[in-house]
Amino acid sequence: MPNIRGDAMRGLAVFISDIRNCKSREAELRRINKELTNIRQRFRADKTLDGYQKKKYVCKLLFIFLLGHDIDFGYMEAVNLLSSNKYTEKQIGYLFISVIMNSSSEMKQLIIQNIRNDIQSRNPIFINLALQCVANIGEREMATAFTNEIPRLLISGDTIDPVKQSAALCLLRLHRTSPDSLQLNTEWTARIIHLLNDQHLGVATAAVSLIDALVKRNPDEYKGCVNLAVSRLSRIVTSSYTDFQDYTYYFVPAPWLCVKLLRLLQNYPPPDDPSIRSRLNECLDTILNKAQEPLKSKKVQHSNARNAVLFEAINLIIHMDCESTLLVRACNQLGQFLQNRETNLRYLALESMCLLAASEFSHEAVKKHQETVINALKSERDVSVRQRAVDLLYAMCDRSNAEDIVQEMLTYLETADYTIREEMVLKIAILSEKYAVDYKWYLDIMLKLIRIAGDFVSEEVWYRVIQVVVNRNDVQSYAAKIAFEALQAPACHENMIKVAGYILGEYGNLIALDPRSTPMIQFELLHSKYHLCSPTTRSLILSTYMKFINLFPEIKQHVQDILRHDSNFRSSDVEIQQRATEYLRLSEICSPTVLATVLEIMPPYPEKQSPLLVRLKQKKPLMEAEPSGETPTTPGAHTDDGPKLADTAIHLNQQHQQQQQNGLLVSLDTIESNGHYNESTSYSLPSSSVPSAAPLQSAKKLLFKNSDIIFENDIIQIGIKVEIMKSILRVEFYYGNKTNSNLTNMSSSISLADELDPDLRINMEPIKSSIDPKAQIKQAGTIECIKDYGNLPKMNVAFFYSNVPQKIDFPLPLYINKFIEKAEMDSNNYFLRWRNLDKPDQECQKIFPAKFPMNHNECSQKLDSFGWSDLAGIDVNADNFCGAGILHTTAQQIGCLYRLEPNKQAKMYRLTIRTSKGGVAARLAELLEDQF
Amino acid sequence: MLQFILLFSRQGKLRLQKWYTTQTDKSKKKITRELIAAVLSRKPKMSSFLEWKDLKVVYKRYASLYFCCAVEQDDNELLTLETIHRYVELLDKYFGSVCELDIIFNFEKAYFIFDEFILGGEIQETSKKSVLKAINDQDVIQEEELEEKRSVLEDLGLA
Repeated sequence: MPNIRGDAMRGLAVFISDIRNCKSREAELRRINKELTNIRQRFRADKTLDGYQKKKYVCKLLFIFLLGHDIDFGYMEAVNLLSSNKYTEKQIGYLFISVIMNSSSEMKQLIIQNIRNDIQSRNPIFINLALQCVANIGEREMATAFTNEIPRLLISGDTIDPVKQSAALCLLRLHRTSPDSLQLNTEWTARIIHLLNDQHLGVATAAVSLIDALVKRNPDEYKGCVNLAVSRLSRIVTSSYTDFQDYTYYFVPAPWLCVKLLRLLQNYPPPDDPSIRSRLNECLDTILNKAQEPLKSKKVQHSNARNAVLFEAINLIIHMDCESTLLVRACNQLGQFLQNRETNLRYLALESMCLLAASEFSHEAVKKHQETVINALKSERDVSVRQRAVDLLYAMCDRSNAEDIVQEMLTYLETADYTIREEMVLKIAILSEKYAVDYKWYLDIMLKLIRIAGDFVSEEVWYRVIQVVVNRNDVQSYAAKIAFEALQAPACHENMIKVAGYILGEYGNLIALDPRSTPMIQFELLHSKYHLCSPTTRSLILSTYMKFINLFPEIKQHVQDILRHDSNFRSSDVEIQQRATEYLRLSEICSPTVLATVLEIMPPYPEKQSPLLVRLKQKKPLMEAEPSGETPTTPGAHTDDGPKLADTAIHLNQQHQQQQQNGLLVSLDTIESNGHYNESTSYSLPSSSVPSAAPLQSAKKLLFKNSDIIFENDIIQIGIKVEIMKSILRVEFYYGNKTNSNLTNMSSSISLADELDPDLRINMEPIKSSIDPKAQIKQAGTIECIKDYGNLPKMNVAFFYSNVPQKIDFPLPLYINKFIEKAEMDSNNYFLRWRNLDKPDQECQKIFPAKFPMNHNECSQKLDSFGWSDLAGIDVNADNFCGAGILHTTAQQIGCLYRLEPNKQAKMYRLTIRTSKGGVAARLAELLEDQF
Repeated sequence: MLQFILLFSRQGKLRLQKWYTTQTDKSKKKITRELIAAVLSRKPKMSSFLEWKDLKVVYKRYASLYFCCAVEQDDNELLTLETIHRYVELLDKYFGSVCELDIIFNFEKAYFIFDEFILGGEIQETSKKSVLKAINDQDVIQEEELEEKRSVLEDLGLA
């Protein structure tokens, strides 16, 4: 029998030994069931069980639970133990409910009552037990129940140190579970902050964690902590390790406290006060110096603790991003770690360097290590370290080294671990597009990428290749040429066939004069792959064939033969059958001119954020997400992200339903589509997006959309559609008559808040005087933004319905963001501008709770549809959003920058907007604060 | 912030679990199963860190036991390693060269030590002396209460 401390519960030890002696899983189960029956009987029959026995049985239940069995009784006995006046019985009771409790509500009240009794007791060890239990369970009800008691314990002068420590972390847990039900009195703020100065290092250590969380919620209220944190930090790093007795860990003074303080400071910009700032810089300098000193011990604990502080200091340096000497020193230090024999250090150095690469001050310094990093990619034995190396190469890539880095990554891709291939493919695709000087190079890389890692090329990647080719006239013939060559390979990845098929359909004519790639040869080459492909790819190829009919009338007969072939015309796949039928008919009945119009070359795609960046952000699924990590795509959200293989039948169907639902305003929903054909259906009907996905719906109409229904009652429906041209909006109003009689004497006007000094210049064409039953009329015009405005214009519509005059007034939801134009910039530029906008009224910061599930992509979409850019890779924290836009008014152009930082834990957002014109930031922030 | 701590044997048997966020039993079991498999499949020379879902996992093996902590993205990995080490030191000091069996037979003590050292997923007290003092104080009370019980029994003539 091993060492049993206190020799408390013999019966428990015997039981554990029995379990361990069981020879088989079945025997173990038998023994457990026997014990469970025994305990159940004891609990039921023997009302006179004493505390000790209850404790013993509850402990056995706990043990059985920890073996992985479900426990569905004994809760009441455990709760009874809470009210025992014996410490050890209480303690086991608390342990049981902390570990097992999925409590029912009546039980909860009982528990809370017991906790309250203990918290109010005079005995600190009872208080601590209760606090620990609250911290372990941390339920909303507890936050409400103890909203006063626990903070009092924390700041009261009478509380002993260990209770203060528990109280601080207990509050922290409650704050995390339900920030809104825990209301901290602002009078306590100063006293909470001052815990940072507490003589007892344990109290300070516990308190920093709490303060860190409170700061995240309310940075302004807790601003005072910066000063205290810096001085505390400075006292620790400048003293000798011998000063801290037991708080020195392997010759490193108070590493836990140091790291927490350094993290606390990362919630704020660099201190404004020059003396605090220089004191902080000295601290950071000292930490960097200490890293150069010889080790005081060979134990890994010593170097780990020292480097833990160092890495956190580097994080702070990166966060402040203003002291170039510190940044470069940090980079050099990490460079040394890249060669260290400790895998952990190499891993962390690569990770930290990624962040340094994003800073303008240290980007160049990071690039010096390119070769070492490439070596790491080739020689590291640990896949997670190699992954970090890939991340760093991605981060340090710029125009000067892109060709080398992309080449190295491509080479590595051929042997890379399967787990990281998809991400690598995305990264290569992004880099080669971003830094392409010559788009031929880009295309070569992309085709090579598909060739060597076709299975890992996601849809977004090949969509993007096509978008780039469609948008760049100068590479289209080259694209056709290499796509054709790629198809000649004996084994061709299906993704390659898709890309090549699409490109030849559009631009095959550009290489048709070459005798090696005549129309017939192209057609036959493509068709030789046809039977190897999946139905979706075949559908795409059928579209290409159709386009061939237009490009090369001489092979029309051959294409028609294929379409007519049973395997297509009577295919069991509905999509293929439908396409074959429709295309065949189209080719038979249409004149060449009609065909030429229908099958016209694709217009350029609008420049948007590359879907690849979105995809890359998606790559790391959240814990609560389903294991596959695929977030379902929202219909409508993807409207023009790439060529679509929409299911024609369903598509038509949807459109039909929509027509009925929307009544007259069906045309409004087509705005999002910009002529991109949904493969087969576009010639017959304009494509239509499904009504926007729910997350984009906003109470503020038009905030994220360019078309919407802005008014509706039983008689009339009014819709709007806007198109933005810098400071001028082209506006179309749609008035739909929902009744069976005429609406007559129509009039419509827009009035401004201040007619004498208008912010908007409105120029609408006269409205038609009547609307037929169930019909719709359109009124077009322009609205020009003269200067930035806050008050919405009013729309006034009047008409007669069955000879009764009707008047409708409502605010026209034309928010100022409609005049924002996206601006792209790199991170240097972004931060340069950001720092320049530092006057008080140029910035507005809002902190607000999340109203919707905190989904990265949805946020990103909203920001994008708000009008400004969503720039990936600017913020060191990939969860944050940054972007920029230009607000066009006739009077001036106003630069707008924003940063949106989600805090998933607290379910809060912090939105910071800076604008070149004072006051505008506040207006924009107001528009957005309830939208996430 | 620490999300959870798992102690498990080389054979993949879970010895101790401590969760600092609310999870259903089902998801606890699932996470445990997946994570144990992930850690056990790692080779010795690999780093002690593991990207796992949106968390970072830091682990270290002591004799037959793996100590494994899941922390958030912005937590400090090296310090988490030392948090593990400090806990091991506490166990070692308390039990006197701790072994797996000590933790099995005294699992409640292992929990009590956790609660003195880490609370709500954050370090509460890093001083080894302070933590051990708190635990020893508990043991003293336990002894006293046992004494009481014995003397009551003796009074009744039952001992």
